[in-house]
Amino acid sequence: MIGENTITDFIYREAELLDTMQWQAWLDLFHPEGRYWMPLEWQQQDPVLQPSLMYEDLLLLKVRVERLAGERTFSQKPKSRCHHLLQAPRIVACDPAAGMFKARTSYIYTETRGDMLERYSGWASHELVQVGDALKIKLKRVDLVNFDAPFGNIQLFM
Amino acid sequence: MKRYGGNAHAIAALVREAEVHRDVYVDAEIFELEMEHLFPNSWVYVGHASQLAKPGDFITANIGRQPVMASRHTDGSIHVFYNRCPHKGVKIASEPCGNTGKFFRCPYHAWSFKTDGSLLAIPLKKGYEGTGFGDTQANEGLSRVRNVVIYRDFIFARLSDEGVSFEDYFGESLSTIDNMVDRSPEGKLAVQATPIRYMHTCNWKMLVENQTDTCHPMVAHESSAGTAVKVWKREQGDSTETPMAVQLYGPFMSPYEFYEQSGIRIWPNGHGHTGVANSIHSNYSDIPGYLDQMVAAYGEQRAHEILGEVRHNTVYFPNIMVKGAVQILRNFIPIAVDKTLVESWVYRLVGAPDKLYERALMYNRFINAPTSIVGHDDLEMYERAQEGLKSNGNQWVNLRRLYDGHEEQDVTAVINGTSERQMRNQFHAWAKFITMGMDERIEAAE
Repeated sequence: MIGENTITDFIYREAELLDTMQWQAWLDLFHPEGRYWMPLEWQQQDPVLQPSLMYEDLLLLKVRVERLAGERTFSQKPKSRCHHLLQAPRIVACDPAAGMFKARTSYIYTETRGDMLERYSGWASHELVQVGDALKIKLKRVDLVNFDAPFGNIQLFM
Repeated sequence: MKRYGGNAHAIAALVREAEVHRDVYVDAEIFELEMEHLFPNSWVYVGHASQLAKPGDFITANIGRQPVMASRHTDGSIHVFYNRCPHKGVKIASEPCGNTGKFFRCPYHAWSFKTDGSLLAIPLKKGYEGTGFGDTQANEGLSRVRNVVIYRDFIFARLSDEGVSFEDYFGESLSTIDNMVDRSPEGKLAVQATPIRYMHTCNWKMLVENQTDTCHPMVAHESSAGTAVKVWKREQGDSTETPMAVQLYGPFMSPYEFYEQSGIRIWPNGHGHTGVANSIHSNYSDIPGYLDQMVAAYGEQRAHEILGEVRHNTVYFPNIMVKGAVQILRNFIPIAVDKTLVESWVYRLVGAPDKLYERALMYNRFINAPTSIVGHDDLEMYERAQEGLKSNGNQWVNLRRLYDGHEEQDVTAVINGTSERQMRNQFHAWAKFITMGMDERIEAAE
């Protein structure tokens, strides 16, 4: 039975996989129709006809993950690493009957490469669905507090 | 130590026929001179008239270092001013865009200005009686940028009072803007999306050069576009339709021969474009209904002419690139000698199917975003160049590819698509516009 703790554990586990660079295990958390969305506008509603920083399906996420390990991926020499500091997720919906599970998590995200270190703050919104006994990501939405600022390279996942 | 200020000869010597000295990218004094001379002498993109739809709408921008703003006046006309109060210099507008209502009001002492920039009111005006205020520049209101041209809704300005006219400066290169606008069945573009902003720790000219550098995609983007092609081949199964995403990434991996035959066209004053015969944008899927709309609007022959012109990147010297086929404009905004803000705008083709807009927005985030894997590839190269150029071992950057020893300057020509001639063309224009009027101006200051 999926309860609020299952959702919270899932979100902590996801961050751990990203922080330890277990990319394939992270991709396995996604539903085949899952999306990773990074809006570019305040309270954005439409990922496709409004501009986004990222709106990627599993195929594109696989491309990113495979690229990170590429022999000729020069922007990963040296490699990036990341760290997620999460506030306790707030459960927005936990409805096993409807198969609907949603949470919103405030975070500070750090991405580092070589001597550089950049820090970002925002909110992650998870929409999860039950597949067998497990939860899968239908949508992970990442809203940066300063979505409209010009950033340098963001190469990993928030 | 000042080496270049007031020394047009020393600046011009940085540009040889097919080489440039590294100081054009790494020397802080050269950067200051670009801000002081090159940008004011050039026609610089300010914004798009659709951003000023209603009276009172305004946008802000920088030309070189200088803050400017454009506004829509009550009579419908568009004006460009310097964004500073004539009183104490406070910036009148602090946001990228907005609507000021019937007038601008300085937040410091409430001086107010009509939306054409003229002075409207000053509190306690009688305090200026008999002071000679009427003879000062402040009495004229917001200082105007006098040389402004709005070409098919694209607002360009030249800060210098003297210089090359808009028509002579751009000439036939405006055909790329024409083609982008003509791709709307209503002949109209609209800015509806905030730009993607991406900070680059490199000199602005590296980005401009890269727009017509056709020998890097298959090398630098093997990691991104190459991986996209590889993953799709593996994952496609029995699907027959190539997803829009793969259609956008795939052509970056085209071989040298493709770019060689697709050609480059150069124009006077540093403008030029890749993709003359065809381009990486040529083979996208048709969007249902679009061709019919275009034929209805323009007739069979003209519609095919417009859609058959599929240019790749058009550089408008000094610092924008326009991609007509996917309705994108990239503005390479210089911040410091080693810092450039890139703002990438998408224009919506008014009256065209949503799918075209979706594709343009997708292309923009795939290629021009801080989260773009293609962008990561490019920025890594620029940053390495910015570092590498500090080396004294060789102080020259080599632009000799397909140089034939006797190139005419400021001409229109179509050449092999892997030539570095457009980069040479840009640097010829660079030397011309940075030194233009320099000696006169030094004399005037003395």
